Amino acid sequence: MFYRENGQFKTTYQSDQQIFAIPQDRWAILAIVVFAFIGVPLLVDVYLLRAILIPFLILSLAALGVNILVGYCGQITLGAGASMAVGAYAAYNFLIRVSGMPALAAILLGGLVAAAAGIVFGAPSLRVRGLYLAVATLAAQFFWDWAFLRVKWFTNDSSSGSVSVADINLMGWTISTPTDKYLFCLGILVAFSLAAKNLVRGSIGRQWMAIRDMDVAATVIGIRPMYAKLSAFAVSSFYLGVAGALWGFIHLGSWEPAAFSIDRSFQLLFMVIIGGMGAISGSFFGAAFIVILPIFLNQLLPWIGTWFGLDISVALVEHVQLMVFGGLIVFFLIVEPHGIARLWSTGREKLRLWPFPH
Amino acid sequence: MKLRNLAGVAAAIGLSAALTAPTAYAAAADQFFPLLVYRTGAYAPNGVPWANGFLDYMKLVNARGGVNGVKLSWEECETGYATDRGVECYERLKGKQGGATAVQPLSTGITFALTEKAPVDKIPVITAGYGRSESQNGAVFGWNFPLIGTYWMGADVLIQHIAKKEGGFDKLKGKKIALVYHDSPYGKEPIALLQDRAKMHGFELELLPVAHPGVEQKSTWLQIRQHKPDYVFLWGWGVMNSTAIKEAQATGYPREKMYGVWWSGAEPDVKDVGDGAKGYNALAMQHGAEPNSAVVKEVLAKVFAKGQGTGPKEDVGEVLYMRGLISAMLSVEGVRTAQEHFGKGKHITGEQMRWGLEHLDLDQKRLDALGFAGVMRPVKTSCLDHMGSAWARIQTWDGKKWHFTSDWYQGDEKVLRPLVMTVSAKYAQEKHITPRTPEDCKK
Repeated sequence: MFYRENGQFKTTYQSDQQIFAIPQDRWAILAIVVFAFIGVPLLVDVYLLRAILIPFLILSLAALGVNILVGYCGQITLGAGASMAVGAYAAYNFLIRVSGMPALAAILLGGLVAAAAGIVFGAPSLRVRGLYLAVATLAAQFFWDWAFLRVKWFTNDSSSGSVSVADINLMGWTISTPTDKYLFCLGILVAFSLAAKNLVRGSIGRQWMAIRDMDVAATVIGIRPMYAKLSAFAVSSFYLGVAGALWGFIHLGSWEPAAFSIDRSFQLLFMVIIGGMGAISGSFFGAAFIVILPIFLNQLLPWIGTWFGLDISVALVEHVQLMVFGGLIVFFLIVEPHGIARLWSTGREKLRLWPFPH
Repeated sequence: MKLRNLAGVAAAIGLSAALTAPTAYAAAADQFFPLLVYRTGAYAPNGVPWANGFLDYMKLVNARGGVNGVKLSWEECETGYATDRGVECYERLKGKQGGATAVQPLSTGITFALTEKAPVDKIPVITAGYGRSESQNGAVFGWNFPLIGTYWMGADVLIQHIAKKEGGFDKLKGKKIALVYHDSPYGKEPIALLQDRAKMHGFELELLPVAHPGVEQKSTWLQIRQHKPDYVFLWGWGVMNSTAIKEAQATGYPREKMYGVWWSGAEPDVKDVGDGAKGYNALAMQHGAEPNSAVVKEVLAKVFAKGQGTGPKEDVGEVLYMRGLISAMLSVEGVRTAQEHFGKGKHITGEQMRWGLEHLDLDQKRLDALGFAGVMRPVKTSCLDHMGSAWARIQTWDGKKWHFTSDWYQGDEKVLRPLVMTVSAKYAQEKHITPRTPEDCKK
């Protein structure tokens, strides 16, 4: 009933192959985007913006990057936090060392530096796969952790190791209020998501997916594994680098290397696994889930505790959150390996036929 | 299936009955304090007693009738010592229940992040015994209050004590001092002061960083065994402290020559090591373990006797418990001072709290009346001095308890003030902050 596709005929290949082929989908997505740009800043309060929506937007971008690498190209990575760190510190250095550097340019250049670093640390993927590649990327994570702590040049010789950014300017628009920050991150996310969707639908995306599914067969039919794998690392690290720069500049304002530690890498991997590997929407579902779950549990568990007359301490909430995450990872990997995105797309397929069963 | 789930949830919650620290307490028109604590993670053994001490003092104040009738309310938020979670907790709690009166992050990393946000939100950040050492200069850091101790002051006192032991500052020439520090903003804080002092007196400073969480110290202590420094300063936190002492024991470095900062000198750091930690020294930021103090007795009588104690009774009076207690006391006295100026019995806003904290004048009589006789020395803040007091002493672990083994020292203003002014001026220049004038401070 919602997807009443009677009378919808595609007359050109372009209209048949476009991203949101069904008009209902297109209108829905357009409505969501318009609401996100206009409705959300007007309706929600500052706390929701600063503590939930901005981290959600930035982590969605990062999860997109990880999804491209893990979900589309099948190269498991535990070094996502390091790519974010490289992007953040590179953007910081561009901003303070090059006078007159606009903030957006610094962020994008930070992403490019992260892409270059990603290509270098993605080289092991040409030789090893699976768990061994995970270990190699773990080495990248620890290497960058060490580098940003020890090499003073990266932190502009700050004695505390902490760096901070103030006054972000975008062609005369000073990004200072939470609403400004939200709109800035949303704009970047929309642009990058569109790019990611088109990349994975194109030739390069199909090469990635071929490598993921059966890399030997892909090589046999003529896909160059080096090009495919390293381009996946490059694009993924670019997205992660931009997300890292946004995380440092916009969300934190002041950060130290511990902000991009191994826990961040795990968090991104969990987002992608729970949200859905190999699906662009999976990054958004996963990021929303991971950002909101701790806050949700923080409100829910004490309320449940009052039923039993018990006071739930913050330590217990923390531990339950870890248990819930672990349990959900196991659950999703067994029951629905393709994550929430698959649940959503199955639901959508059923909606296309509803109220008919088939 | 549903019943099984419910039974499982009930069992899980039932098992956790030991963790009954209440997370929130509130009533109307209260002074609200967000509590950024960490009860989980690598730093929990040290974070938990601090949080318990803080909470117990708040409860004690309410049991005494509040501050001129105004009760205190609070809500805990778990940060796990992570900066982004600390920022999220701050954002979530700063506007609750009429606005946060003040925030104490218990983490130098989170302090750095909140230093940017607090002036915008007009909420004072109290960092008693931690935070940025240069934030002592209230003209630049108008909203930071590193009350009763900063790391530069602590490091300075350590150098003074060692000089006294050696027989004079001139005897320090040629000596080797190793700083084993947590590789984070917290651990790096004393380096600037120690380097200054090293230049002044001619001793060699060796910097040995230890990565979070601090359990990997074998190579650090092998290096110490090779280089044989005359003294080792320990700037650790959580699990790193006990690991350091265990490694010192393993490599045979005399614990008597080890000096920890006040965050590395508490019971959780030495209890596990037991006799191996005998002779280990640490800074005492005025107080040590004070189980016999009047305020502890009052907490036991008014809070624990009513079954409202936050943590185990055995922890009451321990070093970190006392630190949490004193941090809460400084907050409450800030409220009281503000009330005396803006109206007794009134609700105090963040800006008024800032005024109160900037005009704190706790003389010995007042401290004794509060129950801190023999524990604390007078604290007097001002616009240019957000620290308020520079007293510290050395305590030593004898295998069972901490004992004070030195006289009272004061941080040397002649060395500290120039460093504070230079670094805070640099910060002001970077952030385009105009330092406040004495007229601004009076408001």
